[in-house]
Amino acid sequence: MAKPLFRARNLTKHFEVTQGLMQKLRRKERQIVRAVDGIDFDIYWKRNFSIVGESGCGKTTVGKLMMRLLDPTDGKMYMKDKDITELKSREELKAYRRQTQIIYQDPFSALDPRDRIRTILEEPLRIHNLGDTREERTDMVHEALEEVRLTPPEKFLRRYPHMLSGGQKQRVSLARAMILNPDFVVADEPVSMLDVSVRAEVLNLMKDLIDEEDVTYFYITHDISTTRFFTDYIGVMYLGDMVEKGRVSDVLDNPAHPYTQALLVAVPEPDPDRVRGMKQLPISGEIPSGTDVPSGCRFHPRCPHAKDICSEKEPEEREVEDEHTAKCHFAGEIDFDLDVAK
Amino acid sequence: MADNTVLKVDELCTHYLTSDGEVKALDDASFELERGKSIGVAGESGCGKSTLAFSLLNQVQPPGQIMSGSINLDGIEVTELSEKEARKKIRWKKISMVFQGAMEIMTPVYTVGHQMVEPLKYHKGIEGEEARNICERYLELVNLDGSIFDRYPHELSGGQKQRVVIATALLLEPNMVILDEPTTALDVVVEARIMNDLKRLKKELDISMMFITHDLSILAEVSDDLAIMYAGWIVEHGSASKIYSDPKHPYTEKLMAAIPDIRTDIDRLEYIPGVPPNLVNPPSGCRFHPRCHKAMEVCREMEPKVHEVDGVRVKCHLYSEDESIAESEEASYETAYEDEAAAETYEGEKGKETEDVFEEETEMEA
Repeated sequence: MAKPLFRARNLTKHFEVTQGLMQKLRRKERQIVRAVDGIDFDIYWKRNFSIVGESGCGKTTVGKLMMRLLDPTDGKMYMKDKDITELKSREELKAYRRQTQIIYQDPFSALDPRDRIRTILEEPLRIHNLGDTREERTDMVHEALEEVRLTPPEKFLRRYPHMLSGGQKQRVSLARAMILNPDFVVADEPVSMLDVSVRAEVLNLMKDLIDEEDVTYFYITHDISTTRFFTDYIGVMYLGDMVEKGRVSDVLDNPAHPYTQALLVAVPEPDPDRVRGMKQLPISGEIPSGTDVPSGCRFHPRCPHAKDICSEKEPEEREVEDEHTAKCHFAGEIDFDLDVAK
Repeated sequence: MADNTVLKVDELCTHYLTSDGEVKALDDASFELERGKSIGVAGESGCGKSTLAFSLLNQVQPPGQIMSGSINLDGIEVTELSEKEARKKIRWKKISMVFQGAMEIMTPVYTVGHQMVEPLKYHKGIEGEEARNICERYLELVNLDGSIFDRYPHELSGGQKQRVVIATALLLEPNMVILDEPTTALDVVVEARIMNDLKRLKKELDISMMFITHDLSILAEVSDDLAIMYAGWIVEHGSASKIYSDPKHPYTEKLMAAIPDIRTDIDRLEYIPGVPPNLVNPPSGCRFHPRCHKAMEVCREMEPKVHEVDGVRVKCHLYSEDESIAESEEASYETAYEDEAAAETYEGEKGKETEDVFEEETEMEA
């Protein structure tokens, strides 16, 4: 197998909860939120990786760590074998961020309402000193708009963000990321604010750009139903840990971790005949707080299959099949059939 | 009107009278809803689904106005009520609404209970211990602990807040509840559990529900009937299982196809090119024709009638009994499928004006 483009090893980010003066004076123990708690993953060139989980599971923190917008507490990240956790100076970080870009969830607030589309797209060029003349930059902006199918580009250059629809705005965000020809794009819930029909359009476009622009996406989402179409690999996060990972078709067809199984059952089913009665949801409760991670397997208080060992010992990563692992004491032993579960 | 019909809407038109012209947000909407049944209303943003909900409450904000048509809610003609009468007679008692983004709807400075008792206090004069008991009973009905009554909104999770809002909407035992995107901000697991609870409540309390969303996959689980809206029109309306198994209108067909499937590998997702039209100046003929993959010559010229096909009402020329219409020639004009820009020419007068201003500005800059 080819060498990975990006590797994360024992990636960890703990946040300290800010204490008030009284708490400090009383010497209260400092609370720590274990947002990302030692995860490993590899991303291969042009093989998209998606990360799914409920809100508060740490998926956005992973994206920010990868962009070096946050500094990891522990662990290493390598981009093309270069240790990016070692990058310190402004120049080094700037060079790194030319190769990696991020697209945010909310296109309505990611674009400055006072700037025209042209100014928005020229900004990354200005920051990275690309394009010598105005004409050269104009050409690059035109090209970027054409890449995201906002044609003819002249029509959009002078518009303001409020004159565009939600889908068009998100395509401008995409153009802004693509104008630097990055190798790697972190897409943090890029379509969750969009209508279903537009969502499909933006995802199709992003998928086309993989080959056209040689780009690899790291796709953060809570919507597991879009991952199969858009990505090759998937990692399921629960409370700061990656509980299952593997090829997307393997994980979705044969989920080994009870949490992944529950997520799949919860996906709405667009077929009324299949969902006549109540849905049998295997898990109850809500995701606990990151300050108070349960002992042993962190999923055990909500797990329908929990045994004594689960509250005592943290499970190791177990291989279910080739390139497919799950952190569960009973991985591979729990049967699952999506249609029966419904 | 049959005995168990809770709501009958007939040729309802609600328009917004803006300085740019009349925005025809809702045109000729007609449907009925029986007791204990639910209807799902789906469409892209700006198709008029929220306007429909506000019309039912007789709470359209100016410059919006109900222009014509009738809404019969449990024997009361809603369109004829004054604001005061509407507040007294229908809101909360007959019909209540759970708004979009219900998570932010509660005031952070008061306890949950303080906010929950309000409808009881103002509509029924119930206060104190009695009101508390009623609220706790309803909180338990939505699977929450009664002790939530004394908590503040920030102490609750998103799912819990959403449940409180649903419980409040049920307090005065309305016949009908409107839920506007009730779960969009929630995680899938929480969403599935709230949907389960709503299904159970519908049965237990025998109330009618109206779900408004852009996501057809959620509606499949909770609606008996389905109304698909596009640009202010109800383009398809009928039993949900019929529409899901065999969508008739080209728009519905495309909306269904846009839902990704987790079971099979697919290479591309279907989508609808172009953008919904500006309703000040909607496209001539069928409002969907600039984006339709089955557009015909006649679609540009004539507004389609509502045809009943297999028990489903479809507003589309494809199902016309008049053969000359049903077999009209394929469109000679360009739809969004060939050229996305072509569909945008319908942006209307306002769009053009602003662009002119742009040209001038740039000239001045130069």
